[in-house]
Amino acid sequence: MANITNDEVDVVVVGLGWTGSLMSIELAQAGLKVRALERGEDRNNADFAYPKPADQYAYGVRNKIMVTPKDGALTVRHNMHSTALPTRKWGAFVPGTGVGGSGLHWTGVLIRPTPTDIKLKTYADQAYKPGILQEDMRIGDFPFTWEEMEPYLDKFDKICGLSGNTGNLRGEIQEGGDPFEGPRSNPYPLPALKDTLNCSMFAEAARKLGYHPFPNPSANVSQAWTNPYGNQIAPCNYCGYCSKYPCLNYSKASPQTAVMDALKRMDNFDYRVNANVLKVELHPDGKTARGVTYADADGNIVFQPAKIVVLAGFQFVNVRLMLLSGIGKPYDPITETGVVGRNYAYLSNGGTTLFFKDKHFNPFATAGATGQMFNDVSPGNYDGPSLGFIGGAKIHSSQATGTPIGTALPKGTPDWGQGWKEGMQDWYGHSMKISISTGCMSYRGHYVDLDPTYKDPWGQPLLRITFDWKENELKLQQYLRTIVNNIAQELSPDSYSESFLSMDSHWDITKYVSTHNVGGAVMGESPETSALNRYLQSWDVHNVFVPGGNAFPQNFQANPTALIGAITLFSAQAIKEQYLKNPGPLVQA
Amino acid sequence: MLLNKQTSRRKFLLSSLIALPALGVTIKGLTAAAAAEMIAPSLEGYSPTFFSAAEWAFITAACDRFIPANGRGPGALETNVPVFMDQQLAGDLGSEIYLEGPFDLKAPAELGYQIPYTPQEIYRNGIKAVDAWCKQTHRDTFAALDAATQNDVLKKLQASEVNFAEFGEEVLKAKAFFNEALALAKQGYLADPIYGGNKGMKAWIAIGFPGARASYLEWVAQHNVKYPLGPVSLNGDRG
Repeated sequence: MANITNDEVDVVVVGLGWTGSLMSIELAQAGLKVRALERGEDRNNADFAYPKPADQYAYGVRNKIMVTPKDGALTVRHNMHSTALPTRKWGAFVPGTGVGGSGLHWTGVLIRPTPTDIKLKTYADQAYKPGILQEDMRIGDFPFTWEEMEPYLDKFDKICGLSGNTGNLRGEIQEGGDPFEGPRSNPYPLPALKDTLNCSMFAEAARKLGYHPFPNPSANVSQAWTNPYGNQIAPCNYCGYCSKYPCLNYSKASPQTAVMDALKRMDNFDYRVNANVLKVELHPDGKTARGVTYADADGNIVFQPAKIVVLAGFQFVNVRLMLLSGIGKPYDPITETGVVGRNYAYLSNGGTTLFFKDKHFNPFATAGATGQMFNDVSPGNYDGPSLGFIGGAKIHSSQATGTPIGTALPKGTPDWGQGWKEGMQDWYGHSMKISISTGCMSYRGHYVDLDPTYKDPWGQPLLRITFDWKENELKLQQYLRTIVNNIAQELSPDSYSESFLSMDSHWDITKYVSTHNVGGAVMGESPETSALNRYLQSWDVHNVFVPGGNAFPQNFQANPTALIGAITLFSAQAIKEQYLKNPGPLVQA
Repeated sequence: MLLNKQTSRRKFLLSSLIALPALGVTIKGLTAAAAAEMIAPSLEGYSPTFFSAAEWAFITAACDRFIPANGRGPGALETNVPVFMDQQLAGDLGSEIYLEGPFDLKAPAELGYQIPYTPQEIYRNGIKAVDAWCKQTHRDTFAALDAATQNDVLKKLQASEVNFAEFGEEVLKAKAFFNEALALAKQGYLADPIYGGNKGMKAWIAIGFPGARASYLEWVAQHNVKYPLGPVSLNGDRG
């Protein structure tokens, strides 16, 4: 072990997933010397050559490309009066690691939030009478307009080769798309993926009941695509191994397929793997960072000097590094002061599984993003104000995979013995699911901070999550359950079984929901209530930028990646056009 | 590691056998999958790496109850599920778990796994406790009981009606042990044969899962048509 100091770079990027690779290529294109530090392994396309990823046990069960809890655990508690315990095994969410990060194994559903989702606080103040929403709710507006962000959403759509149906082209509603989407400047780059049987059945029933279904917007591309960086993405072959798997067909937009090939060819970019950043080092006045310290694979402690620091890890990695480094004032839920850690939010899911003895769904023949959804239950598009809750859901029938471990069986099927064995033969491939993925509001008592007890292998405190379901989210679940089951009944299955939260549910970290954890270092108009300004720049340390889901003031019903990509590109543009000329706060507090 | 050696031996033997069916020729009526099955280790001849003889007797008996031979479709013993479990426990299973203390054994179920055990310790301590209970209650080890009694014992474990603490096991609950073993057995039954179970891809053939084919562009839009092809495995075997 030794102490090493690297050569100085213009920009050090911590984490080489979606936001890290986008920041790296955008800033390297501006001529800056960029170095990315990735805590995990290198991952190249040769690692995913057929048939390696077609292995449910390795990837789906043993989480082969995820960070281990041993290295990446958090602690969790339901309220600030209880003791948090570590996530010793992954359950509700499964964070990635290595080059590509979660962008390597995501499902590829690339859907935008609506303009109302972007200005949720404004909408709530206008639409809801005082006292309807819970007093401790702390939702916020995103600090930009739809018109400002749309070009960056559009750019990210093109980087990913977004495949689907256009719903709103410059204000004109288009047949077959989402009529509730915000106006887009350009149509989807590519047509939709092919529908599977469940998609057609769900869409027909939903349409009959008055909803507006459309194909899941997909970053598993439907046709060959060359993106703005010159990277080529191949047409999806519906291999059935997508969510939790690296793509074996070069078809899923990921940092590897969409960014890294072009990035690696740039002489002013390099990256180090197994480089676990421990801290951002600040100058004595605390107003700027001078670089980062990381532990390398041999246990050396390395200082990487840099003029700009980009924290591009997963949401809770970024927030934890800010807390460990003293960037911004930690949030205190009692006094409601401080900003780093506030507005942690998650999401909920649920659904009904429908069994049809005589239908063959061939669930293995599918893309990760395959499905149909509708957005009718999103803020502003249904009667939330009179129902007494806010937030929305994607209601969808997706068929992400047909891998057999964990196959759902009808109610009453034994979970072992001859009945289970024969149940698997009778029902594998004979079911479909109608699901919800909901938004999640932020609350005064939901936050992240450093755990007082548990440490990681480098001796640093784990991040502690304080979170539980609130009445608003549970009421929304009850409302959605009725809608889902009405559609289920319309389809007349032989039987169905449902899984929704009840009004007395607590957050269960053992059941997978999704790795869409957001907030904790949110973007906003004021340094009193946000850690970052609209350019994802720390209010306190102006050469630190923090792109990621951490910037969301609450979670919307859409998947987060589209907006994460867009705000990252928006921030990169501001660094290039404004910050480099005049380094300092880009927004005056 | 043991499995790797066997796999490479299998692979060598198979490559010569598989070449012929691909040309439309079969050897004495054998398909490639049937040939693969013949070459896979037999359960009787397998020497466990992780499990002791007594533990192995328990595991094979429990697997035979979890996924029995009777009724339609292959059982756990026919598909080498205990081999899978032994290989996993002899390997790095559990090395990913965060096991730093302190531990709160009374934590709410929603906070998940909170015991200071690796999977290996769960099996060692769990099997010991079950056999001790069986000896006290039924005067014999689990493996020596008849199938109906074994099923009753497993139901009691699943319902946590067996108190491990009475047999010196203060940490592990019967239900947690049961769930761990059942989950791993099902995984072995349905995982790729490269891990030692699902011998001959028989479980996949029984349920209609095509395994590692992973290319369905021409099939995806054929709605409600039964997929006609059998599975392939990571090693390239065809079932």
